[in-house]
Amino acid sequence: MKDQTAFRRKDNFWSNFKKFKSLYFLSLPGILYFILFKYVPLLGLVIAFQNYNIFKGVTESAWVGLAHFKRMFEYYEFLSILKNTLLIAMYDLIFAFPVPILVALLLNEIRKATYKRFLQTIVYAPHFLSWVIIGSIFVEVLSPSTGIVNTLLAQFGFHTQYFLGDESYIRTIIVGSGIWRDTGWGTIIYLAALSGINPDLYEASEIDGASRFRQTLSITLPSLLPTIVILFLLHIGNFLDFGFERVFVFLNPLNSINADILDTYIYRVGLIDRQYSYTTAVGIFKSLVGLLLIVFGNLLSKRATGESLY
Amino acid sequence: MRTRSVGERLFTIFNYFILSVFGMITIFPILHVIARSLSSAKAISSGKVFIYPLDVTLTNYYSVLQDVSVWHAFMISVIITVGGTFINLVLTSSMAYPLSRREYRGSSAVMLMVLFVLIFSAPLIPNYLLIRSLGMINTLWALVIPTAISAFNLFVMRSFFSSIPNELIESARIDGCSEARTLWSIVIPLSKPVMATMGLFYAVHHWNTYSAAIYYINNSSLYPLQVKLAQFVIKEDASITPVDDVLLTVSQEGIKMAVIVIAALPLIIVYPFLQRYFVKGLMIGSIKS
Repeated sequence: MKDQTAFRRKDNFWSNFKKFKSLYFLSLPGILYFILFKYVPLLGLVIAFQNYNIFKGVTESAWVGLAHFKRMFEYYEFLSILKNTLLIAMYDLIFAFPVPILVALLLNEIRKATYKRFLQTIVYAPHFLSWVIIGSIFVEVLSPSTGIVNTLLAQFGFHTQYFLGDESYIRTIIVGSGIWRDTGWGTIIYLAALSGINPDLYEASEIDGASRFRQTLSITLPSLLPTIVILFLLHIGNFLDFGFERVFVFLNPLNSINADILDTYIYRVGLIDRQYSYTTAVGIFKSLVGLLLIVFGNLLSKRATGESLY
Repeated sequence: MRTRSVGERLFTIFNYFILSVFGMITIFPILHVIARSLSSAKAISSGKVFIYPLDVTLTNYYSVLQDVSVWHAFMISVIITVGGTFINLVLTSSMAYPLSRREYRGSSAVMLMVLFVLIFSAPLIPNYLLIRSLGMINTLWALVIPTAISAFNLFVMRSFFSSIPNELIESARIDGCSEARTLWSIVIPLSKPVMATMGLFYAVHHWNTYSAAIYYINNSSLYPLQVKLAQFVIKEDASITPVDDVLLTVSQEGIKMAVIVIAALPLIIVYPFLQRYFVKGLMIGSIKS
């Protein structure tokens, strides 16, 4: 009985705190972790408005207002990198986003359970490999001298290509390797949504004489739409965050003109060349674009489908 | 069962064909790399090795294994995977458990605080400066502490813990168990599946660590295996000396393939578990969010 009353709101917080002190203390390391490693760096964003000097620290460094943000747009290099980032993100959305939906629909039509499971085991696998391993595999398979792709091209009488040493292939390779790695993984949520569709719907439509194609159009896709919209919005929210590693492993001086993205730029100019304030400004700019996109995407989807993230 | 029309039968054939092709495209590069790592120099340069090895040899692996720096990097990866996962599980569960109890006032405020940083996270440089001012640069701490708790895993674990009946926790308290003790001897034994799932999530993350290592570590004796692999195969600023081999079966090409396989080996070994638990974990997570 005593414990029951302890849950009541009108109880004093302090008496509750004293009673369950050890419970509160147990959560302390975790809370401190979030404050130190997630909130303190957010305070560190102020260096974007300073000429941060590592020896002077945040308090002593000179304030420069929006100078770094202005500087950003005066660089030709920055604009070209922004263009790369947006283009790769866009290709990723157009080409990589719909593939798992399609594969999930096809997998769902497979009636032999063992074959379906066998296929799933295969297509989930690449998701667990690191980008370094994936990069290494692609580098080897596409190698101009010993790679299997070029060996085959040569055997069929085509010219061999140094795929990673040519800026015209690099975006395809980045988006393609992403599709290769994550398509299977991406089908999991869609397959779960598909298995949740009421089988009565299919039975009823079958009695009405609907073909399987018709069922897909009129039952499966509409039932899948909320999942698609939510995942689309999540994707939009991470639009520019498609990853440092995934690009960095393919990046070399021969292809960087089309592959250098904001994240690799921040690493190179910020960490290697130590332009801390400037690259923090670039990082803020990137987050703002992401935030705008998520708000805009949410608004659009609320109007169109009634689904939204918040 | 209704009879199927010609169109539907054609579709079924087409469907099996398309998915089989997709499956082959997915698995081919992996099998190809494994096959080449086991093939002789001559077989590789003939371009006839596809998904199974020809002229089988282990000299590529011997060459990799006699390189001390590979062993060293492998050990670093094992240390950060084991140690990092341990830290992850201790910190995540000790935060998820109080948040899952009704007695804990303000758990929604704490959850909101966690959710907020999922949306607003600081870019690289402020994180780097923090880690630098904590003196973690060029230590393995920089690879495990900054990612000690994943917000997503915290949510999943909390929702699992809250399904544990309150009576069990109460009776432990009446027996005089401290909260930490209750967590350790009541909650965690009841949560083995979710602990295993979270442990695997974290372990894969640590094994695959690459960017954190190149951001925070510039002492090559502390590089984990992924960084070494990138040096050997992608950036090509280091190489492995082939073993002495009179039959000339060893090749740089085969050695690189062998390093790739070794870097992926732990993942290949735990893949059956991974698949089972990850899919389950993803489900719990997606239902929650």
